[in-house]
Amino acid sequence: MTEPLARPKRKNPLKKTRVPMLPQGTRSRTALGLTASAAEGRFRLQVCGDCAMVVYPPRDACPRCLSPRLPYQDVANGGTLLAETTIRTSTDVYFRERMPWRIGTVALDCGPSVVAHLHGDLREGERVRLQFKLDKSGQAIAMALPTADTPNMADDPQWRELTSDPKYRRVLITDGRTAVGQALAKSLSEAGASVVFVGIADPWKPFPGEECLRKIERVEIVALDLTDTTSVNECAGEYAARVDILINTAEHVRTGGIIERKGLTIAREELEIRYLGLMRLAQAFGPVLRARGADGINSAAAFVNLLSVYALSNWPAYGAFSATEAACLSAAQSLRAELRHGGVRVLNVFFGPLETEWYQTVPPPKVPPATLAREVVRALQQGLEDLFVGDVADDIRARLAVSPKALERELGS
Amino acid sequence: MAQTRPPVQRLPYDGVVVGAPVTIPYRRYSTNSAHWWVGRAVREVVARAGLRRTDIDGLSLSSFTVGPDTAIGLTQHLGLSPRWLDHVPLGGASGVVALRRAARAVQCGDAELVVCVAGDTNHVDSFRRMLSTFSRFAQDAVYPYGSGGPNASFALITHNYMRRYGATREDFGKICVAQRTNALRFPHALMKKPLTLEEYLAARAISDPIHLFDCVMPCAGAEAFLVCREDVARSLGLPAARLLATIERHNAFAEDAIQYRGGWAMDIDEFYAMAGVTAADVDFVETYDDYPVIAMMQIEDLGFCRKGEGAEFIRAHTLTADGSFPHNTSGGQLSVGQAGAAGGFLGLVEALRQLTGASIGATVPDAKIGLVSGFGMVTYDRGLASGAALLAGGHA
Repeated sequence: MTEPLARPKRKNPLKKTRVPMLPQGTRSRTALGLTASAAEGRFRLQVCGDCAMVVYPPRDACPRCLSPRLPYQDVANGGTLLAETTIRTSTDVYFRERMPWRIGTVALDCGPSVVAHLHGDLREGERVRLQFKLDKSGQAIAMALPTADTPNMADDPQWRELTSDPKYRRVLITDGRTAVGQALAKSLSEAGASVVFVGIADPWKPFPGEECLRKIERVEIVALDLTDTTSVNECAGEYAARVDILINTAEHVRTGGIIERKGLTIAREELEIRYLGLMRLAQAFGPVLRARGADGINSAAAFVNLLSVYALSNWPAYGAFSATEAACLSAAQSLRAELRHGGVRVLNVFFGPLETEWYQTVPPPKVPPATLAREVVRALQQGLEDLFVGDVADDIRARLAVSPKALERELGS
Repeated sequence: MAQTRPPVQRLPYDGVVVGAPVTIPYRRYSTNSAHWWVGRAVREVVARAGLRRTDIDGLSLSSFTVGPDTAIGLTQHLGLSPRWLDHVPLGGASGVVALRRAARAVQCGDAELVVCVAGDTNHVDSFRRMLSTFSRFAQDAVYPYGSGGPNASFALITHNYMRRYGATREDFGKICVAQRTNALRFPHALMKKPLTLEEYLAARAISDPIHLFDCVMPCAGAEAFLVCREDVARSLGLPAARLLATIERHNAFAEDAIQYRGGWAMDIDEFYAMAGVTAADVDFVETYDDYPVIAMMQIEDLGFCRKGEGAEFIRAHTLTADGSFPHNTSGGQLSVGQAGAAGGFLGLVEALRQLTGASIGATVPDAKIGLVSGFGMVTYDRGLASGAALLAGGHA
């Protein structure tokens, strides 16, 4: 049984903050197919297009029929733990700091044997479910879990190393005026975050939902205006060293394409709030997050971007808005590469129209803010890097995988 | 489907001999390069055989740390001009594989005097660097899992073997202790202190069930030998052993979910048939002992007992050079050290010393037939390369 995590003590400011080290992140190009699956929490292996053999480790020729057709496909993740070992000595600096470390050989029901990290509740000979997760280097690794959930399972140290679990972590939600921001505050508090800082621009101005927000346990309102560099820097100066998960909930949704915008005012506002807001946050909080990636139980864990799924392909009905979202997505990809040095994950959350005022004219299905909040928390607990929430987001993602051109033309009609 | 044809009878290695066994004394760490170690070994073979450098017309090289060079770079580096050149990057199987290829070269006249050499250096950080880039599968699917190196991979194989066949740590300990007994009389062994079973059992865990004395010590060193025709050896006045049979097999039993046997088991009947001897005729055995479980597997797969009876066999024999079932008579890699690819030559070079009356350590009395086995290259979860050779002492 997993020992429950102890609430971290207040940090001694004189103590050195451990420099984040990463496990080896080099992979063959073919193996990056596992990384793509792990980013979304899917269990996929190469399956031979000719003889259906399930292949692992990733290869470029089928070892049964030499076929070069080896696409990644969803496969059953059940298996048996054939052998385990507890590594007590490692040549690698990252693992040396984390010894002892358990690994094992899992014989998958679908064929191959997989060397995997082991959850602490597993024993040799037992049935397992295998998952691909991202490690601190951002690459896929296999992790074997008991077939059924066990008490305090998420507190297992080898598991927590792979997740961004909010439990006992300190969260900053950057805009608490939004319905999504408020829903997230509630979900994160319930998920065991030790404090939820909620940013409010001009906190003296009342706003809808304020009373409920203030009532949520462990919520602390902080002054934060994403359009104001001084405000963001001041907030970071005060709180950055105590922020382990940052969730940017800033939103600016306006209808219309490019031609009928008539001037640049709205476009500037969009960019100011969304794109430049993200830049301000990244520059103010990024360095501290990156330095605190290995800072104990409440190490810095994640930077979360909430993105319209139309960042992936423009929806001309919200054309200028989509363009801004695309800019944010591109910036988030850079941010992901930059924060990886500290073992801090960038979670990009894609969703379609929300059940809010700004999408009033859009027909359903729409995503209720509470659903989005719940899914974000789940993704943090699972250590995902890419999350699609709701039917519209799933639909766009699926169509994009088939034909980006067809999607562009259909969205524009 | 191809038509079924009768298997081709392999030609015997008639008239092929092996001599000039050379060991350049190992060092835990070396500031010298692999080239330096290889050069010393080649020089020593030339001197031992009474040759001139220019007489060498065949070269076979095994090394992990000679990069970015390969065998071709070494010809210029060492000033050799061979007409036959081989590079055998097969780790623990290098010795047997280099030998069997060289044997065919001299037998067929492609070369007359082939020096087979294996050498590696060991800088302070070179072992870690090698582990992380050892193979694509290691990079993609092993090293990121705790980076325990071969200790972790063989811990999994050992644990499974123990559970499946009831072998115990005491059984593995007996192999290690007996090898240390042999090593105490071998001047080049890095391990100089006696080892008791109690000390073996009390050693610190490295990757359960692998403990300290189950592991080889990475070091720098070189080993080499000379392959030529028997008449050439006689004209040089060079004591040499005859080659009776060899086998080589890679990626055997890929369907086994975890390794409990090696490629030897596929070819063992043909191996002894080619030599015209049986396992009972073998006077001593040099197994590849990167971990004791692998030595035990070889004893089974090479036909000295049945699969799963390795532990029982170990219990019934002393394993010392002067006792019953002399095994790893110089102390093996477990006591001498593992000098990279030279570890794949260590048993072969020691066997040559035993068979040519040139033992420098514990001596097997009246040794006529020796068996040398190689194993290596864990690119993912198991050793892929295996091979074995039967050698006979004295001129026929």
